[in-house]
Amino acid sequence: MSAALCFEDVRAEVGGRMLLSGLDFAVHPGEVVGLVGRNGVGKTTLLRIASAALPPAAGRVTLGSQDVATLPRRALARRVALVPQDLHVPFPFRVGELVLMGRAPHQPLLGLESDSDVALAGEALDRLGLADLADREITSLSGGERQLTLFARALVQDPEILLLDEPTAFLDLKHRVEVLAEVRAFAARGRGALVVSHDLSLAARTCDRVVLLGEGGVVAAGTPAEVLQPEPLRRAFEIEAESFAGPDGRIVVVPRIPVERD
Amino acid sequence: MKRLSPARLALVLGVLSAAVGVITLVALATGPSDVGWSQVASIFLSDGSDVDAATRDIVLRVRGPRVVLGLLVGAALATAGAVFQALLRNPLADPYVLGVSGGAALAGISVLALGTTFALPTSSVPMAAFAGGLLATGLLYWVSGGRARSSPTGLLLTGVVFNAFASAGIVFLASVAGFFEGSRIFLWLIGHLSAVEIDAVGVVATSVVLGLATAFLLSRSLNLLALGDESALHLGVPVESHRRWLLLATSLMVGAAVAVSGLIGFVGLIVPHSLRLVIGSDHRLLLPATALTGAGFLVLSDTVARTVLDGRELPVGAVTAIVGGPLFIYLLRRAQARGPLA
Repeated sequence: MSAALCFEDVRAEVGGRMLLSGLDFAVHPGEVVGLVGRNGVGKTTLLRIASAALPPAAGRVTLGSQDVATLPRRALARRVALVPQDLHVPFPFRVGELVLMGRAPHQPLLGLESDSDVALAGEALDRLGLADLADREITSLSGGERQLTLFARALVQDPEILLLDEPTAFLDLKHRVEVLAEVRAFAARGRGALVVSHDLSLAARTCDRVVLLGEGGVVAAGTPAEVLQPEPLRRAFEIEAESFAGPDGRIVVVPRIPVERD
Repeated sequence: MKRLSPARLALVLGVLSAAVGVITLVALATGPSDVGWSQVASIFLSDGSDVDAATRDIVLRVRGPRVVLGLLVGAALATAGAVFQALLRNPLADPYVLGVSGGAALAGISVLALGTTFALPTSSVPMAAFAGGLLATGLLYWVSGGRARSSPTGLLLTGVVFNAFASAGIVFLASVAGFFEGSRIFLWLIGHLSAVEIDAVGVVATSVVLGLATAFLLSRSLNLLALGDESALHLGVPVESHRRWLLLATSLMVGAAVAVSGLIGFVGLIVPHSLRLVIGSDHRLLLPATALTGAGFLVLSDTVARTVLDGRELPVGAVTAIVGGPLFIYLLRRAQARGPLA
């Protein structure tokens, strides 16, 4: 049974500067939660706190009933995986090797990957359309291909909670749709996902709930239809935007650009 | 998908071991005195009863320790280079270039100089070199900002300055102590295997084997650390403790190597770089392959150094520098082409 990831009165600081405080929200099994807000508001910092790469200045993040900061690294890595925006790889590891590294928390300190590890990695590469790149060097990939590789690595980690930091930033529309479909499929297996996104309409399509962050804390949280409304968007982004239901009933956000073309 | 299978591991390490074996025999059968293949084969393959005591001494007491130390020093320097490159995420890292060898040498010479006054045991030299290497490594980490992606320029400049400082200190101490003739200092500074003493083998072997074992044990973590601290954390590596063990292991190996051979340069650069091109970047294969290749490379270089000039010897550090210097420039150029070195 997968556990919920809960932010309990979390305060986030970077270099002594307060970014966010009083954060209370949870990612439940089977749920995709979107984290949206302006650049620099602290979205990535929250993912780092959730993965225990950074301690919260106050409060705690729990997985089940355990504080993530007190879980041993390997135990945490088996349960929580993070897809970073990008990764600088200084050595020519192959794509397949990088994806197989996702199995590291499941393996002993020293040893080779088993056949089932390799099968899992092959399956993830197939699903993300990377099978042909498996033997390519990671240094030769485009930003988008590298991002898909990192996503495949996180899937191979087989976590209960997936943290994704703008997983579609470098992707074309086809691959955006594929990645978000994979995130949904992941949640459908009873796991939870927390997705940082700048594409509000795609977030509305993918997420069960959205947490909208503004200066210092949460501006609004709830279903996309509740949160992605003109007033909260104005407070969070300082923009004018309209939102309405698309043909499928999902929210579409259209920002108003002050000087529009004729 | 290509993967690191047991068969591939066995094949690569088997081929390299065989090559190191051949190089070792060649080195044992090469030298100024007229002792060659047949005598070496007789000593190792049969009971050696047809070989006289003097010949046996040349192979086992003169050439033998030198070859064994060459194997150990080569394995240590090459593996330390590969570990530094992964930890600092910088393909230009090498114990010599970074000044770690320099720190070890300075500390080793200090104790050697003091030892003439205070009658310290010989084993204190490798221990001091270990401490010096550790200090230099700490300095390096401090300069590189600890954990952030290190700036190649900053690291290289630190190494250059530290090497200059260490060389000056070595010359100064040796002069003050007055026990080194000029040529001995010169040998220390360029790196050599010519003044090998048989009782040094035990200490060096223990240090190098311990260091290599630690590095091999943490080779999977090294794969993950090469992708950055935070990425390694997310994949379950206890970053701080594994890095500390790896730095201790490399300092131990480099300290032992420097204590007996001085400042042999570029082995840690040449060997891992060439191997990565052929066998890839997975440290579970790369580290043992680097140790074997480093061992073979240094003994081969030393054999060339012993024989290339008729009747005279080159220090082996001159041979590795002649090969490594141009490679270093090439790597630096390539790194610059990929982005500004800032």
